[in-house]
Amino acid sequence: MNFYTDNDSLSFYLHHPEMAEIATLREHDFAEAGQHPEAPANAEEAIEQYDSVMRLIGEITADVVAPNAEAVDHEGPRVENGRVVYAKGTRQNLDTMIRAGLYGMTLERRYNGLNFPRVLAVMAGETIARADVGFATIWGLQDCADTIQQFASQELKDKYLPRIYAGATCSMDLTEPDAGSDLQSVRLRATLDEANGCWRLNGVKRFITNGDADLHLVLARSEEGSTDGRGLSYFIFDRADGGLTVRRIENKMGIKGSPTAELVFTNAPAYLVGDRRMGLIKYVMSLMNAARLGVGSQSIGLCEAACREAEAYAASRQQFGQPINQFVAVQDLLRAMRARTDGARSLMYETARLVDRSASSKPAARLADILTPLVKLMASEFSNRNAYDCIQVHGGSGFMKEYACERLYRDARVLSIYEGTSQLQVVAAIKGIANGAYLKRIEEYDQQASALALNERQQQLLALLRQATEGYNKLYERATANGTTDALFEHTARALTETLAYIIMGYLLLMDSTRSERFLDSADFIVHSALAESAHALAMMA
Amino acid sequence: MRIIVLAKQVPDTRNVGANAMKADGTINRAALPTVFNPEDLKALEMALQVKDQMPGSTITVITMGPPRAEEIVRDARSRGADDGFVLSDARFAGSDTLATSYALSKAIESAGHFDLVFCGRQAIDGDTAQVGPQVAEKLALPQITYAESLESISEQEIVIRRRLEHGVETVAASLPALVTVTSAAPDCRYPHAHRLLRFAKTPVEVKTADDVNPDFARLGLNGSPTKVKKVDNVVLAHKESVQLDPTDDNLNELMHSLISEHII
Repeated sequence: MNFYTDNDSLSFYLHHPEMAEIATLREHDFAEAGQHPEAPANAEEAIEQYDSVMRLIGEITADVVAPNAEAVDHEGPRVENGRVVYAKGTRQNLDTMIRAGLYGMTLERRYNGLNFPRVLAVMAGETIARADVGFATIWGLQDCADTIQQFASQELKDKYLPRIYAGATCSMDLTEPDAGSDLQSVRLRATLDEANGCWRLNGVKRFITNGDADLHLVLARSEEGSTDGRGLSYFIFDRADGGLTVRRIENKMGIKGSPTAELVFTNAPAYLVGDRRMGLIKYVMSLMNAARLGVGSQSIGLCEAACREAEAYAASRQQFGQPINQFVAVQDLLRAMRARTDGARSLMYETARLVDRSASSKPAARLADILTPLVKLMASEFSNRNAYDCIQVHGGSGFMKEYACERLYRDARVLSIYEGTSQLQVVAAIKGIANGAYLKRIEEYDQQASALALNERQQQLLALLRQATEGYNKLYERATANGTTDALFEHTARALTETLAYIIMGYLLLMDSTRSERFLDSADFIVHSALAESAHALAMMA
Repeated sequence: MRIIVLAKQVPDTRNVGANAMKADGTINRAALPTVFNPEDLKALEMALQVKDQMPGSTITVITMGPPRAEEIVRDARSRGADDGFVLSDARFAGSDTLATSYALSKAIESAGHFDLVFCGRQAIDGDTAQVGPQVAEKLALPQITYAESLESISEQEIVIRRRLEHGVETVAASLPALVTVTSAAPDCRYPHAHRLLRFAKTPVEVKTADDVNPDFARLGLNGSPTKVKKVDNVVLAHKESVQLDPTDDNLNELMHSLISEHII
């Protein structure tokens, strides 16, 4: 079994026409070719490398991570002497990935990374999440390395980044008992210890995923007397330096393999990442976007797992003398599940490609910023609906603990909550709604799609997408009849956001379908959902 | 410590098509997807375990086959082998186990000093389990077959647990020695991503018959006394069950009937 080679969609996005350009950007025009034994000489070779490493990840996830998922869910981590001990399977997953040199795959080569682009990070993420979402959260936190790579001093980079490749796990310590969605209220204190050339952290963090990690990025109040986000700075703390106790780990509904910890910092030595006062405003926001895309990839992995569990069960379960996948009612469920998976995936890879272009293009960075909340919102909501439908396809058996769908259902639930709830994703999208940034992008997609050779069915879908955009405009006009500060706009924001997301996914799938017709059915479903979303919201307002 | 691993690229028997056999009774390799012979992969893992315990050891992989068998050398290097080569020459074509073991023994000799040779018990395409023992005989090495686990290793001696039909047996051999590894041994570790990328770009050495200085009369079809007359695909058509009272006579009769029908 291999979770990469058995999923044609992954290879499809790995070989997307824009990938050659993305590889070229990532490799700085292949400047390291000939100087480093692994550096590719051209885009074709880079993409071959991506493919060969994805094959390896696909093999490990299918052979090791997936078979461990059930036992990890039962066993979970525990606290012993103030330290977290992972479930046996979690440890094995991690060790296998580290021994295979896969940890830190987006790090630059000088820090022992593979220098892979973001597209590959999310592809690895969804492949791992298909096997076990809980493990994908631990794996995904290596994104902390990107923050260090981007903002920390050279000294800190040289000290910590090679350790991440060697398997040092990471956590991102933001939340506190009184600072969840409202991170401006963070209170954990950071005081300068000039004598020792470091800062000292004192206070409590709560709900910290992988909270006993080797390396922590900690948001703390460095400016005494300040009360808002401008008094917060970002620190790196090394577990080996002491000063951290795990008070407890939470007993959660899902992703049980991933330890969620309450942490007490007592005079813990830490080092400033970047500039003072920029912790929340700049660095956390940057990490948060990567983390949201990461949750998108976890969600899509779960969507895929739910599809496959449901498809396999529906093919084997016989009722009334035939497999239940012969019944229209079941087919409808399976089709919707597949369409959600395809739609969210097309949006995620589009966004990841834009993130990869961001380093050299401000417009790409702005687009990545507005698409990221849509990925997080739609993929996580879809994962919950897929998990629900997966159980529905299983009927009574799905309600029993024997089938994986029960675990998927519990694991999915947090995806629309952590790294910003769905409601906060809508808030993040409001600016792009009000200033027309999404509509502008939709116009660009329309031009791109119109320039392609479309068959009759694709032309019909293009016409429907234009109709859906008109529907969106009508809804927007109604919602803003009293201006964008009126409560009506806020009430309608979610419907507006989802309509836009469906339209964008519709265009992306339509364009994907010109390279592979198997996306046509999903495009059809998503395009009609776009029409339905705005129509429904308008009807509710009438 | 210098270690040799003999490995074979074999048809992926999970995906065998209709044209898998040529008219002369040999395997039509071109028509089949290929894999690293599973027990050879376990042999590589045992070699890597020796290397883990004896730092500074080197592992050389030798594979005999068509030029595309270089994939085996790349794969083995991505998992930790240090180097390797493909023994490839039209004059090896049609080799049976006698000719194959002769060619491999010459290849091992050509590679210089060695302390250990590991190979899989048998390949999934031939299932003979003869090549390893024959190589050992030709090189006058002590051999340990059916190895399940590496118990200990020193400069002078290797201790191996063997998996046998009715139990296990722990034996020691002085070095140099040859070990054949069974499917009960630990799975091979995964490739390492960095090595995977590095060795994808590194050319694989190909040695021809001339490079290993053989007696040419002992190579290929000429050196192969085994002649395959015909290969039949045996399908067990009957699924009937027979219930017998557990008496000695009944069992005796059953055994005789199974033997007379060539079932066992």
